[in-house]
Amino acid sequence: MNSNTTRPTLEQAIRSFTGGKQVIDGRVKFQISPLVENGNAVPVTVEVDSPMTAENHVRRIALFNEKNPQADVAIFHLGPRAGRAKVSTRIRLATSQAVVALAETSDGGFWSSKANVVVTLAACIEDVSQA
Amino acid sequence: MTRALVNVPKTAKRGEVIEIRAMIQHVMETGYREGPNGVMIPRHIIKRFVCKYGGEEIFSAELFPAIAANPFLSFSAVASESGTITFEWTDDKGETQTASADITVT
Amino acid sequence: MLRFVLLAAVAFSSMARAEIPSKDKRSGFDFMSPQTQAMQSDETSNPGMLWVLDGERMWSESQGKAEKSCASCHEDAAKTMRGVAARYPAFDEQTKRPIDLAGRINRCRETRQDAPPLARESNELLTLSAYVAYQSHGMPITPAADRRLDKYRENGRAWFERRLGQLQLSCASCHDDRWGARLGGSVIPQGHPTGYPLYRLEWQAVGSLQRRLRGCLVGVRAEPFEYGASEYVDIELFLMSRAAGLKMETPAVRP
Repeated sequence: MNSNTTRPTLEQAIRSFTGGKQVIDGRVKFQISPLVENGNAVPVTVEVDSPMTAENHVRRIALFNEKNPQADVAIFHLGPRAGRAKVSTRIRLATSQAVVALAETSDGGFWSSKANVVVTLAACIEDVSQA
Repeated sequence: MTRALVNVPKTAKRGEVIEIRAMIQHVMETGYREGPNGVMIPRHIIKRFVCKYGGEEIFSAELFPAIAANPFLSFSAVASESGTITFEWTDDKGETQTASADITVT
Repeated sequence: MLRFVLLAAVAFSSMARAEIPSKDKRSGFDFMSPQTQAMQSDETSNPGMLWVLDGERMWSESQGKAEKSCASCHEDAAKTMRGVAARYPAFDEQTKRPIDLAGRINRCRETRQDAPPLARESNELLTLSAYVAYQSHGMPITPAADRRLDKYRENGRAWFERRLGQLQLSCASCHDDRWGARLGGSVIPQGHPTGYPLYRLEWQAVGSLQRRLRGCLVGVRAEPFEYGASEYVDIELFLMSRAAGLKMETPAVRP
């Protein structure tokens, strides 16, 4: 871990994605369990309220975390041919923390939603050093 | 390689929004883990995923170490015409794996 | 934190041991979060299916000097392997003792394919085992009614009930007496091997029952058996009879 002691804060990561533009809280529905059994594969779904037409659609959806060694999780690129601005994946959370979903719309606007996730500690985990 | 699992409806009505799922076997080694000997295990992740429909890119993703092992992605597409939907995963060693599925649009 | 919860479990373990009545028998699936259950139930999102799918390819791939595939003898696995995993381990005529599914696959490699055995817990052996066990998906566990297995099953039961390691806990201390209670953040399941090989989120991969048993042994600070040890097979034999009637879930997903 010594070589990775500095990472951008959640706010800095968001700013690098938006180019410093204003982010409005809304239009983004972020589904993630507030309490997860294992941080190795946490299901997430992001859905953005958008007509997804050529004139008015979501261009990018991004996920950032607060406390992993690296702030980035994923950036999805979509367009009118997606029909619906909805993406699901599974993410890693090293510890209990905040996760942010951001959407960039075709008019240059940024929208977001934040979730706090508690990662419970498993009692019987394998000790890798003995494997 | 067959270690990718993609799911696309076989048929759809024109204009219908379909759900596409794609999963691939990959360790997604973060580069932040220590091995049994105390040495860091080098990073090895899929960095990019692209989905094309009839040859045109309709969805892509940039992935980071915080994506779970054996990456799973689900997204949507408008069923526009009968054809082939292709999937391409590229890792940080430059290795690419592909998969495809056909759809009939009525 | 970890030490505290384990000590708490030791304190509780003085309670009387009780076998689980069949009406209360439940798969580990029932103790998981709805999110993890959904990951298992939908085959297009179950990561264990990646191993099953690859196993399908391996099934018909020629191996060894005999240049035979599994399919050369067993043909369509969907027909010939259906129900097999639900009744394993079985009695092995050659060694006159029980053999598990992975051991049986390796026996086939040596005797029919003239190929070297695959290492225990190797990706290839897990992949083939997952494909074969998947053919029993949804079928009830029905242990082989072979009296020659009885003494090995009883040996498995004895290991299950024996207090082991620095923590002096038996399998039964947790999985008979304390199931449903919490150990750290997780619910203690009943310990039924319904879905092996299975995808464990902790492992981020598919693994065997032996790997899980090894984890438990290390957890109670006991010396684990080597992979492939006869003790593991005997314990599996007992666990499968204890789980009789529950449905096979391979490839299951567990936290």
